[in-house]
Amino acid sequence: MAECTLPTLTTLDEVQRKSVLPEGYRADFSQLRTLDLTLPVKELIRRASSRLPQDIIDALVKGRESEEEGSRAFNTLDDMVKNIVLADGHVTPLCQDTGTVIFWIRHPFGLSQARAKKQVRQAVVEATQLSWLRPNCVASLSGKNPGNNLDPFHEGHPVVHFEEWEKPEIEIAVMLKGGGCENVGAQYRLPDVAIGAGRDIKGVRKCIIDAVVKAQGQGCSPGILGVAIGGDRVTGYEKSKELILRKLGTSNPVPEMDAFEKALTADLNTLGVGPMGYGGTTTVLGVHVEEMFRHPASFYVSISYMCWSSRRRTLTIAADGTPSFD
Amino acid sequence: MIRLTTPITEEQIRQLKCGDEVLLNGRLVLSRDIGHKYMKEQKPEWLKPILEGMVIYHCGPVVKKNPDGTWSFVAAGPTTSIREEPYQAEVLDTYKVRGVIGKGGMGKKTSEGLQKTGAVYFHATGGAGSLLAQRVKRVADVHMLEEFGSPEAFWVIEVEDFPVVVTMDSHGGSLHEIVLKKSQERAAALMA
Repeated sequence: MAECTLPTLTTLDEVQRKSVLPEGYRADFSQLRTLDLTLPVKELIRRASSRLPQDIIDALVKGRESEEEGSRAFNTLDDMVKNIVLADGHVTPLCQDTGTVIFWIRHPFGLSQARAKKQVRQAVVEATQLSWLRPNCVASLSGKNPGNNLDPFHEGHPVVHFEEWEKPEIEIAVMLKGGGCENVGAQYRLPDVAIGAGRDIKGVRKCIIDAVVKAQGQGCSPGILGVAIGGDRVTGYEKSKELILRKLGTSNPVPEMDAFEKALTADLNTLGVGPMGYGGTTTVLGVHVEEMFRHPASFYVSISYMCWSSRRRTLTIAADGTPSFD
Repeated sequence: MIRLTTPITEEQIRQLKCGDEVLLNGRLVLSRDIGHKYMKEQKPEWLKPILEGMVIYHCGPVVKKNPDGTWSFVAAGPTTSIREEPYQAEVLDTYKVRGVIGKGGMGKKTSEGLQKTGAVYFHATGGAGSLLAQRVKRVADVHMLEEFGSPEAFWVIEVEDFPVVVTMDSHGGSLHEIVLKKSQERAAALMA
């Protein structure tokens, strides 16, 4: 393995040193209504754009080990690791497509969502100016690009999901979801005669296999799949995306679903699509599935495909104002 | 490993076969969705001298403007090529382009275009934005920046040993076609 790149990232001290948050930063929780989240969110974007989570890196390295040394699949995975090390070292985007920027904010009672949204939007504008994000938000018909990543019509981008919870801390998760992988996502309506999928777990499995074969390398395989069974057309897709936030290697809390995920991951890796569709045994890094309610007449299977460069980060601001990043 | 410098001749391109690993040098011209629609529908004359014998790169870079007014590429990996399927063959023919770099491969119409014009499809590693930006030595020019925005503009760049693999050649060969067929067969077995 002479040419194999080791996935050594910069130390957490180094990451801290490059942080846009001043040393010893504490958010002021005494006045939740006037709390300013702009700076911590900007730091969250910096880390999400340039530093890949460890579980993703580990899975890519494991994939490389499973490929024949010197094969195109092996070399491609090695290039991916090289790229991860470079982006982290230079604090530059891992991929030029910094995606649709999606936030999930969970907060205690008292936080002003209107203010928080303004601050998140400001952080996105500033991160774009610093080239941590590409200006990715254009008017659909004219293609006109305002250049600041803000939706030119309403407040649709960045996407911000809010939820008030009982806990005292604030949690902000971000995902940078590239357009290539978003394009290969799919929603099936069961029964699906074309692929012979009925309204049961076997049918769900067929949908997932079909989607991965159709995606080939176009979603930048090896991919990570979020799959929601049920819901309506909106909530199904929403859930499928949220499932990508789950760390690779963590178990599904439902034992039967966990077994299903593991067996399916192994099956999908026999398809031979491989990294970037070059052929090989590393087609997916993980499949995360969750069952939801449904209307008796509807049975949707919503699949979100995340590229190998699964850029997600979570910021937690504890009740004493201390920020931590995961 | 094969080294090629743009502009490339038809004779050079016809020698390439699927699976060949190539290091590209010289100029590349970036273009993606809006650019391809524009080239097919409006066939602008001014692009002809810029594109003849050149390689088009499907890429929307992250760029940085330097204090002296020049540009740098911060991240510059390939975008999914199949979206240019309706336009690519005609663009190759109109502008005598010798190659396209992208990811994910392209379809039958483009394959026929590659054979007719004498061009190939080069595959670059998707997502390797940092790694590939390092091979960009200089941003030589940019066209339609105001009109199209930075991810869609025609950036003209100079690259050094830009690593790509020929996955569709000018003789009808396509690695993507082979992988697709095999995976479809395997999927049928898994679903049986």
